[in-house]
Order: sequence, then structure tokens, then C-alpha cells
Amino acid sequence: MTLIDQFKLGLDAPICLTWELTYACNLACVHCLSSSGRRDPRELSTAECRAVIDELEAMQVFYVNIGGGEPTVRPDFWELVSYATAHRVGVKFSTNGVRITPSVAAMLAASDYVDVQISLDGATAEVNDAVRGAGSYEMALRAARCLADASFRDFKISVVLTRHNVGQLDAFKSLADGLGAQLRITRLRPSGRGADVWDVLHPTAAQQRSVYEWLLAHGENVLTGDSFFHLAGYGEALPGLNLCGAGRVVCLIDPVGDVYACPFAIHAEFLAGNVRSPGGFAGVWRESSLFASLRVPSSGGACASCSAYDACQGGCMAAKFFTGLPLDGPDPECVRGFGELALAGVAGGARVPRPSGDHSHGGRAASGRGPVPVSIGRRPSGSGPSGPGPSGPGPSGPGPSGPGPSGSVPVPSGRRRPERACDSSPLAGFDAGCAG
Amino acid sequence: MSTEAAFDLDLAWRLHPQVSVRPERFGALLYHFGTRRLSFLKSTKLLAVVRSLEHEGSARSACAAAGVTPAELPSYAAALGTLAASSMICLGVAS
Repeated sequence: MTLIDQFKLGLDAPICLTWELTYACNLACVHCLSSSGRRDPRELSTAECRAVIDELEAMQVFYVNIGGGEPTVRPDFWELVSYATAHRVGVKFSTNGVRITPSVAAMLAASDYVDVQISLDGATAEVNDAVRGAGSYEMALRAARCLADASFRDFKISVVLTRHNVGQLDAFKSLADGLGAQLRITRLRPSGRGADVWDVLHPTAAQQRSVYEWLLAHGENVLTGDSFFHLAGYGEALPGLNLCGAGRVVCLIDPVGDVYACPFAIHAEFLAGNVRSPGGFAGVWRESSLFASLRVPSSGGACASCSAYDACQGGCMAAKFFTGLPLDGPDPECVRGFGELALAGVAGGARVPRPSGDHSHGGRAASGRGPVPVSIGRRPSGSGPSGPGPSGPGPSGPGPSGPGPSGSVPVPSGRRRPERACDSSPLAGFDAGCAG
Repeated sequence: MSTEAAFDLDLAWRLHPQVSVRPERFGALLYHFGTRRLSFLKSTKLLAVVRSLEHEGSARSACAAAGVTPAELPSYAAALGTLAASSMICLGVAS
């Protein structure tokens, strides 16, 4: 049995996991995969977070990818980072840079157990701020310069690829190189508020091809969080494991302790449990029936007869789910074009699931788990990044399904889950090939 | 990797101090907190070899202590070479 086969069956503990510490955020990025903005009053307390870290230590989870929201706005953030690293749980955290000062940068640079990802979605302020909000480019660059000045080597400049920044890949690379940082690019998912803008922001088919070629040319010098494995359908596998880690080797803990299969799948359909339950996080990881179902090998469904299936494995579960596609069919960005055909079918009337929680600034009802009655395709106005989205009307365009009630779409019984889908990263850059 | 061929079984090796080992049913996962890279040991016997490195004066004796047969030795040397190339193990003095 290969290592990949072993991983498909799941591990006793995640290799790493994503932990969104808060839904509070000073920004309101149009594509936020957790629909962040306002703090959820039920978010885990400092003591509860420490208890989760204790569990991660006991399970030997190597590191957590901490995000949000903007995790650094939690008053106990640095305390929790120290607590985790003191317990041999490494921390990588994603930030827009708002709390990175020269003294914070110096503190971070002194730890071997902390890594930092600065989010930047444009190599120019114009492109970045259209998605992330006015002033966010300058804030990110200021933070990055603080880290560089503190001699923090190889922190990450983390870019979500969109239709508007694909052409800036070389510029991103030089920017990262100039800062002594590493470039990390990831795939735009139709998750969270990203569901509202995916149609107008996701790279075109021609752009996808150019991303693939650019990634092949740059190899392991550019990190991808394994997020582009659907591009392996073009022929050559990209560096990384090309494995969907959802519920198998990765998962997500959200600010209120809900555990989801992956960071891009915040929806009741992918909710495995809560760390506040008696068995804690370990109990959810080991006993969730959802995770058990994700660890059962499956066939390719509608994609099984496609010659690219062995390479792409049907693509990303979350990308399919939030565009209304069946989980055992093609990825919406299938390199063979089957996704576009399938999406045309969705536009013909099927309902598209809505992300479960909305924490956006501006007054949409906060919710816990489960669907919220929000209208599709609308972001609240007035609190988002200034001005329209990058492509004219941008985020207010209709979602892929047109108007329709929100809420969960019943999943047909017997639907098989895909072999792989996104994962937020742990496996890229691995070293395989040890004996056995 | 070219360094695999150069792996010296007769030197003392040890696990890099920044590497964490997590046993798994197929072998083990290794994570290096310095390089932030993940690696895998694809057999429990290889894990036993890695575990015994710190108690043995050479990688060769660590292999023997873990029950590696002479016929298996080349593949274990290659595996250790891969681990050395990625700094998962490093030269050191046996304790």
C-alpha cells in the first residue's frame, strides 16, 4: 500500500490543521472563505484554546495554521502562540499585517516554531485593494518589511490567485524574493464570501494553463499548499502530495470550536463535531461519522472514465460543493472543460449550497452552524472594501445559481465523496521516498 | 538525490534535535521545525533504525540493532541518505 493510500485511510491525528481563532477582522475581503468580520460571542475562551492545544500536543500534531478572521486581533493571540510553541505545537499564522510591528517582528523572528503568512492578493495596491480593501496593500507591505528588517527569513507572502493577479506572478515572486520571503499561491475557492465572487474572480481557463506552466517552471521554490492539484490533469503533477487531506490528514477548527473537514468547507454538510463535546477534539477526529466516510476509498464517479482522473482525482470537494456540482463529478475548474459544462447545468436550475455562517460586517444575521437565510449573491454594502469589486459590479453579481433560497441542499443519498480535494497545505513540500 | 550514494554507514548519526517523530501504522511521520518540512518513514523497521541511531556508534550498528539484514542494508542506507539530505538526521555523537 502506498503512502498516499495510507493517507486516504486517515491518520490517528491530523498532520496539521487550520484553526480559525476568531471571526473578527479589520478587513472585509470580498473572497473571505470564512465570511469574517464580526467576532462571534461564543468563540473559544483562552482556557478553552489552551485545552485544545494540550490535546494537539498529546496527539502530536506538528503544527497549526492559525487564521481567522484576523487572528492577531484577539487580545490573547500572542499568549496562545507562546503556549502552543512551548508545548511543541508549531504555529503558522496568516495575517493581513495589522498587528505586526517592529517589536512583534523581532519576537517572531526569535522563534523556530513560528511561521508567518502575510496575505496579499495583488502585486500592486490597485489590484490588491480591489479585493482586500483600501489601504490593505500598504498595511501588508509594512508588516512584511518589519519581518524582513527583523531578519525573519522565509516568511510567506500568501496570494490567492484571481483573474486580476494571475498576470502578476513574476511580480509577486520578485516582491517575495526582495523581502527574503517565500511566495505561496493558493487557489480561490467559492467558499464563504468567495461564493459571491467566484464567478467573476476565478482564473479563466487560459489563465489556469499559464499558472500550471508557471508552477512547473518554478517547482518547489513556490509553495502552493497543494491547492492546484486539479491542474495535474494537464499532464504533469505539481510538487506536493496531490492529495485531498480533508478529514484524513487535515481539518478545520472554527472560532466556536466547530470542527469541519477542511477550511474551505464551512457548511453543516462537512461539520464533524465540536471541541467542546465530552471527547474533545480527539474524539471528533477519531469518531466522527463524517470523517469516517471521508476515509473510505471511493471511485471516480462521473470522472472515472476520464484519462486525467488518476492525476486530478476529480479536484476539490469544496469547490464542487459551493458551485452546486455533485461531489463525484468534475471540479468546476476541470482542465478538460467538464466543469464548465456541469456549471451550465447548475445554472439551469439546481440550487447551490450557501456557506453556513456569515460574520460579515454590516448586519447580516450571525449564525452558528446550519444555514442562514441570506440572499444569494449579495455582500452587504458600506463596509466592504471601498468601491466596486475588481470587475465592475464585482461581488454583487449573481452567484452561479441565480437567486434562490439559501441553505443547505440535501445531498443525494449514496453520493460518493471524491478521493481528493483541497487541503490547506500541510503536504506541499514534503520529502517522500524513504525506504520501507 | 546524489547525497544518498554518499551516505556513510560507519559514522554516528542522530535525529536532528528540531525533528519531531510521530509513529504511525505504516512507520512514522517526521517534521522538522527548522526547515518546516515533513517526511515519512515507510516502515516500522526504518523507524526502529532511526530510534536506535542515538544509541549506536554508527548507522551500520543502528541498522543491525533494528534487525536490518545485510540484504536489506542498501535500501536502508538509501533511506537514511534521503533523511540526511533533508537534515532530518545529522552527524552526531552517540550517547
